[in-house]
Amino acid sequence: MGLKTPLYDTHVREGAKLVDFGGWDMPLHYGSQLDEHHAARREAVVFDVSHMAVLDLRGDRTHEFLRHLLANDVAKLKLPGKGLYSCLLREDGGVIDDLIVYRMHDAWYRMVVNAGTRVKDIAWIRAQAGAYGVAVDERTDLAMLAIQGPNARHKTVQLLPEGSREAALALAPFMAAEFGDWFLARTGYTGEDGFEIAIPADTAAAVWSALRRAEIRPAGLGARDTLRLEAGMSLYGNDLDEAHDPLASGLAWTVAFEPASRDFIGRAALERARAAPQAELVGLLLEERGVLRSHQPVITAQGAGEITSGTFSPTLNRSIALARVPAGTVGPVQVEIRGKLLAARIVKPPFVRHGKALIPIQP
Amino acid sequence: MTDSMADLPKDLQYTKSHEWVRQLANGQLEVGITDHAQSALGDLVFVDVPVSGTRVAAGQACAVVESVKAASDIYSPVDGVVAASNGALAERPELLNQSPYGDGWLMRIALDPGAALPALLDAAAYTSYLADEAT
Repeated sequence: MGLKTPLYDTHVREGAKLVDFGGWDMPLHYGSQLDEHHAARREAVVFDVSHMAVLDLRGDRTHEFLRHLLANDVAKLKLPGKGLYSCLLREDGGVIDDLIVYRMHDAWYRMVVNAGTRVKDIAWIRAQAGAYGVAVDERTDLAMLAIQGPNARHKTVQLLPEGSREAALALAPFMAAEFGDWFLARTGYTGEDGFEIAIPADTAAAVWSALRRAEIRPAGLGARDTLRLEAGMSLYGNDLDEAHDPLASGLAWTVAFEPASRDFIGRAALERARAAPQAELVGLLLEERGVLRSHQPVITAQGAGEITSGTFSPTLNRSIALARVPAGTVGPVQVEIRGKLLAARIVKPPFVRHGKALIPIQP
Repeated sequence: MTDSMADLPKDLQYTKSHEWVRQLANGQLEVGITDHAQSALGDLVFVDVPVSGTRVAAGQACAVVESVKAASDIYSPVDGVVAASNGALAERPELLNQSPYGDGWLMRIALDPGAALPALLDAAAYTSYLADEAT
């Protein structure tokens, strides 16, 4: 038996098929992973993401600390409530985790990190934070839900007091705000519009029920994975790990090299990697029938590569993947599946956004 | 799962790798995956079945079914030659979920001349095998 979120009993009652994920008993699906995927693209779904960790960082020098800790630059966060996606790096540039950090006010930042990396993240961050007098508080008293889909925001705000609804709907992408005991952010991991909310754990079951009454259907980790891969978003442990830097993981856009004076952990290693690129992460579309899976070999004119995440795309009705290949790989490639070489095309993720296919597909 | 165990067709035989086998009037064996197997795999999205004429060997992987989540091998229950495979699955792999004992059949195998029918589980034995596996 693994760790349980505050919604474990709710999932059992909803008929979820539960699986182990990073030590947590989590819903894989509630009947049909494909139906849940399509519901997220067309209507609205709710995911329990309470296994992820919410960390509050407090102290007068928190801003300065995070400019040192993270590869992206929190100085970009001009407005209170604004969120930023960043990698947490080792000195050698290896990715410890990917995360979102919100600037709540100057002496309080909120960070959301992955479930499987929670323990090592907290140890690493605390080890660096001491010198800055920053306190790192894990908010195990909070549950997290992700409500995603074209109708997600309008349905979710109906749960708020009438006077708060307009302000909640007016939140710009990647902005967060507090509404009573809700922390509500316009973020997600699906390529659809929606919210991620952090709420007191003891209210989670009631909030879940209210969302269900608003005809938001539950979705599990299975659909979450196909949705995020269609959206071209990385999964830590698959596309990101400590053996590769963000430049070799499709995340160069999250590394703030400017200003050059900012001395962040991993900077020297990334400067070297930038000068002599070895690998890059690309999107693949399988041209033939079959399903791409992680660790399948990719054969390119520039050398060998490997799929980091692969799946069947329910929206495109084709198989898609992210793959790490030699830097500068162009042209058609082949993927080895059970001893056969199948043709694949390099494409630029995202594959799907806001319910629409973004790459040309011949039927 | 309780439902799928109760609904096991009595006229089929079963393997411990969750295939079912139906003896056809012409002596060929029709093979598919059980309701338990399709439920465990989840939504099926790709099926790779051998073409007619392919030799298959008892206990050897001869086909692949893939759900959104994972790929799974299908094992031939007998030595023989594929007489027909279900072409409808190429366009509609969901037939495996919707009708595992009917429209979702995978292939028909002609036994080698003189080959004995394999020893398989009947519905009651497969039911208790599933119950043991669940505990």
